[in-house]
Amino acid sequence: MSTSEIVAEAQTREQAGHASVGFYWTIAGILGVITAVEVAVFYIDALEPALVPILLTLSAVKFAMVVMFFMHLKFDSKVFTGVFVAGLSIGTFVVVALVVLYQFLPRLEG
Amino acid sequence: MSETAVTAVVHDHGPASTGLPTWKVGFWTFLGSECLFFASLISTYMVFKGASTTGPFPEEILNIPLTSLSTFVLLMSSLAMVLALDGVQRGKRKLASFWLAMVIVLGGTFLGFQVYEFNHFVHEGLTISRNVFGSSFFVLTGFHGAHVTVGIIWLTVLFIMSLRGKLAPGDALKVEIAGLYWHFVDIVWIIIFTLVYLLQ
Repeated sequence: MSTSEIVAEAQTREQAGHASVGFYWTIAGILGVITAVEVAVFYIDALEPALVPILLTLSAVKFAMVVMFFMHLKFDSKVFTGVFVAGLSIGTFVVVALVVLYQFLPRLEG
Repeated sequence: MSETAVTAVVHDHGPASTGLPTWKVGFWTFLGSECLFFASLISTYMVFKGASTTGPFPEEILNIPLTSLSTFVLLMSSLAMVLALDGVQRGKRKLASFWLAMVIVLGGTFLGFQVYEFNHFVHEGLTISRNVFGSSFFVLTGFHGAHVTVGIIWLTVLFIMSLRGKLAPGDALKVEIAGLYWHFVDIVWIIIFTLVYLLQ
């Protein structure tokens, strides 16, 4: 790839990925509201049976928003997404596998 | 970004065969490996959760309102970080310096909350050697705090560079990579806050 092609690609990426300042404030506002909802859910006794799925979902939404918009993965090259998601997937698998092995299986076995 | 600035970035950091800056490819790879590092600490905490035979136990000692506030502070520091990068990219030096300073202040505030929490726990009898909850909790949150500290030092260097006028739009990649690190620290805390504090 020539330098001029790299320059053109960088400019295109920048134009595509450069969100406005107002957009970043909006994302931060949504993240703050989700955090408040998480804490509220924690204190509402009626929601206790569904606490785990609700909190995990809200946490995943916050995680995705920071990665996509603040870390610019949504606008950036798919190479970065692939590299990061590879590590994230293995890490998630490790956590889930160990929790199942040490927390849930012993309970099932009695 | 001017052609000169982009060329400078390309020459300084060298494009990989993908045409992407090698520094950025390398840093995303590093962040992928950091996912594994924190996954091992989080899974250790989860495995030993509820295995303590002596107190203090998580439900007795964790302070949700205080940690919610520190979580909000760290989230807002991510906003300040992205605004600092925006300032550097647009060549607005004073704005970039202001937002970099805000990231440092908010990161320092988060660390202050963590120091207070650790100090409070020790006074309540929870130390790293007291029980398995204490051991896994302090190792997990302690390593996260160490990452925040490294981020603050890194951003302080960038802040000084910005004050001295050494952060031109052509240097935006330096700030962007520091920003990636800072946002990563933020997303790790998002996970810790949910798994450790809210799902007791």
